[in-house]
Amino acid sequence: MRLAERSGERIDRSKAIAFTFAGWRITGFEGDTIASAAFAAGKRVFSRSFKYHRPRGLLCCSGHCPNCQMTVDGVPNVRVCTEPIREGAVVEGQNVRWSLDFDFMSLTDKVGGRFTPVGFYYRTFIRPRAAWPLYEKFLRSAAGLGKLDRHAGYSRRYDTEHRRARVLVVGGGEAGRTAALEAAEAGPGVVLVDEDARLADLSLAGVEVLAPARALGIWEGGLVPVDVGTTLFRFRAERIVVATGATEQPLVFPGNDLVGVMLPDGVRRLIRDFSVQPGERAIVLGSDAETLSIADELDAVGIEVAKVVDLRDARPRELAAHGGKGRVRRLVLDGESFDCDLLIASGGRQPAYSLLAQAGARVEYDDALGVFVPTELPAGVEAVGSVTGGGLSRSAPEPSYSGKGKCFVCVCEDVTTTDLKRAIAEGFDSIELAKRYTTTTMGPCQGKLCHLSSIRIYAQENRMYESAIGTTTARPPWAPVELGLLAGRDLTPARRSSIHWRHEEAGATIQWAGPWKRPYAYGEHPEDEVRAVHESLGVIDVSTLGKLLVEGPEAVALLERLYPNRFGDMKPGRIRYGVLTSDGGRIMDDGTIARLADDLFYVTTTSTGADAVTAWFEWWNAVWGYEAEIVNVTGALAAVNLAGPQARGALGRLVDDPDDVSASELTYLDAKELVVAGVPTLALRIGFVGELGYELHFPSPAGEHLWDALIAEGAQPFGLEPQRVLRLEKGHVIVGQDTDSESNLYSAGMSWLPKLDKDDFVGKFALEHFAQREERERLVGFTMEEDVVPAEGAQIVVEGFPAGRVTSARRSEAVGRVIGLAWVPANRSEPGTRVEIQVDRLRRGARITHGAFVDPSGERMRS
Amino acid sequence: MSFLLSCPFCGPRPVDEYAYFGEVTKRPDGSPSLRELTDYVYFRDNVAGVQREWWQHRTGCGEWFLAERDTRTNEVLGTSLPNARRTETGSDPVGSDPA
Repeated sequence: MRLAERSGERIDRSKAIAFTFAGWRITGFEGDTIASAAFAAGKRVFSRSFKYHRPRGLLCCSGHCPNCQMTVDGVPNVRVCTEPIREGAVVEGQNVRWSLDFDFMSLTDKVGGRFTPVGFYYRTFIRPRAAWPLYEKFLRSAAGLGKLDRHAGYSRRYDTEHRRARVLVVGGGEAGRTAALEAAEAGPGVVLVDEDARLADLSLAGVEVLAPARALGIWEGGLVPVDVGTTLFRFRAERIVVATGATEQPLVFPGNDLVGVMLPDGVRRLIRDFSVQPGERAIVLGSDAETLSIADELDAVGIEVAKVVDLRDARPRELAAHGGKGRVRRLVLDGESFDCDLLIASGGRQPAYSLLAQAGARVEYDDALGVFVPTELPAGVEAVGSVTGGGLSRSAPEPSYSGKGKCFVCVCEDVTTTDLKRAIAEGFDSIELAKRYTTTTMGPCQGKLCHLSSIRIYAQENRMYESAIGTTTARPPWAPVELGLLAGRDLTPARRSSIHWRHEEAGATIQWAGPWKRPYAYGEHPEDEVRAVHESLGVIDVSTLGKLLVEGPEAVALLERLYPNRFGDMKPGRIRYGVLTSDGGRIMDDGTIARLADDLFYVTTTSTGADAVTAWFEWWNAVWGYEAEIVNVTGALAAVNLAGPQARGALGRLVDDPDDVSASELTYLDAKELVVAGVPTLALRIGFVGELGYELHFPSPAGEHLWDALIAEGAQPFGLEPQRVLRLEKGHVIVGQDTDSESNLYSAGMSWLPKLDKDDFVGKFALEHFAQREERERLVGFTMEEDVVPAEGAQIVVEGFPAGRVTSARRSEAVGRVIGLAWVPANRSEPGTRVEIQVDRLRRGARITHGAFVDPSGERMRS
Repeated sequence: MSFLLSCPFCGPRPVDEYAYFGEVTKRPDGSPSLRELTDYVYFRDNVAGVQREWWQHRTGCGEWFLAERDTRTNEVLGTSLPNARRTETGSDPVGSDPA
């Protein structure tokens, strides 16, 4: 029911807005929240409690307590007391079977209390072990909050924005505003944030006001993430002023969670902002003037005040609220009964110190006030107003009152004083342990409404001083936050080569390869593409290869120190295969190094290793300071590998003089600058896929042009999968696929590569040790006896025990068998040795091989 | 980790722009024993206090530099470019002091 129109109300009665609330059509006014409109329409039950499914109604009305969490338009756990009303919104109850007013699961409240003490499920549902998944499913659905629609994906778009502030004031109360105005006098860059939407139109000279905006925490370096709906402002502030005020605490007495028991500020908000009549017959319980003064306010709007109890004088031995159907009906005070339908009760105000504690402030119990106050603030952080404890009255004289009925300390998690006392009796005698066992303070309110009472009860029960107990750790976020907001916008950057759209046009199957999108194959049959490379001509886009230029008078010295290889003896125009090792002697990356001039090298890396190798080169050069520059040209240059018996002919037709690419002019492992189809190109004669081949590197923008020219010459495009088959037929290793962080050059069968007589290089010390010791495992090839393809990672079985693993396996048409690479024990690594490989549930025989499966002498790629 | 770090070129920037490359280690000279090698490759001092360490302004200018940071508070006492110089074989370039 609405009160008569009053001055200061925030609703516009001329604008009606309708929405659905738990199936009911409800009309409110512009300016209403969902809760105020529903309350005005007579709705009192907004949720069902976490464990006992007790009906719960509005309590704090300021977005702190869990009582009004509902699902709004599919978004769960929305506090409808602060959520603005909007036309057509669909608001539904959570954690209910049937409806908010009749919840089937509320049986747990009637029968469960005694049988479901705190931690009951840890103890009750452990036997039989195998049934736990079943229990878990039931318990999780019986107790809980809203449900996420797993298929909804991102329902909103979130963003992150980096902001700076000279002074950031958190909290727009009197103290916060004063501090902001003072700071603004000294200069610009003052921002004030407050979670209360009512401050949205607040205007302070020289201050940027953000509301509703919630500071989620204070991190080092003055970082304050501020939640402003679907954008997260990451504020970097030179000075932070915390003016978060104090939070009203529920009074702990039996029946304190009944619908109709409210905190004074919640009642004030209903009356002042929304002109909603909170009840007809009220009782006020409190121990400070501010709480008790609400009686006059109720009087002024014509609500009967049946009784005002000042707990400082009354000191009742029995204090309990009784109700019917979950709603408060009467208050019992030392045997006397008073009827009411609204019970306004406050346990005092607790400074909202969480942000300060996160920033590193100490928190101490103030004996005079009976609350925790922050002390020893860290540099750059200040506190003003009641968050310091200033101006507060003493909290309720007793931490809890007794009587008949359940007496809740923590309404979020349905923890009663009995639960807390039982936990203490069971030996959870440290507050941190008791917290974890009972889950008090761990619910959606983050302890805002239960932290103080739980510690006071704990102190009373253990006969300790609160100051000796201390507090539990305050952790960010200060209030629940949508995960989407922390995750930011749903963006996964994909890299595509400059030829990429040609692959899409050709109908290639595209797959992720590290950060790149690459063609898997161009048709249904990758083996056709393999055959084309073997028999005629194929072309693959290898623009993803890392490409570095290393230039300078000491470029050769730098490379000789980075690689185990020798480069000083290379003539310009020659190429060498190189493997990078760490100082631990492990294989990091591989690629080719082409010497273009005495002081200029062109280095390629693996596709996924490009960034790491660049950083690695630059780091070592920062250490050594050679006169050499490293330039990453990975994105600047595109690259294709033209391979197959017809490669020379095709390339010859695209250059001015076919003799430039003749077998004698451009031999195996030669590098030469050519103009191919009008494009300045660096041609590297190397053979990753084992046939006569040219890796052409050229400016990215010419990618499609050169690709088209090669296709016109009859080249069959081939994708990653055929390339994997081709390189496997040659026994070529893919670093990261066939090697891991334990592999070294000796065990991987490349003992010819390191030049240990060099002065120094990264990995030299370790390789010297490896050279002298027996390797336990070796990387070898194998052929399967039967036509089955083992999975990558399949076990090698020796005498019934796992002894190694398959790293690559494919069916090879050229070999006529399934071939692969595997790590096997050194004593099983001789060619011809028979091992078994676990394929699905069967062990299949395989023979060890060394070297290439196809063209072992390398005639084809050298031809 | 949310502190600010001063790139010698770009000035103070949020730490997420940088890549951390660990504490400055001493690379052994000559031919170290297996124990010395293992210490160098696998062990770190992991001090609770001021530590010299490598950083790269990875999403910024790309520069590698040294920082002195208090690992307990993340207070950065200073950053500097390495005193890059060609050192002879067997010397200790990584552990050498920046000017």
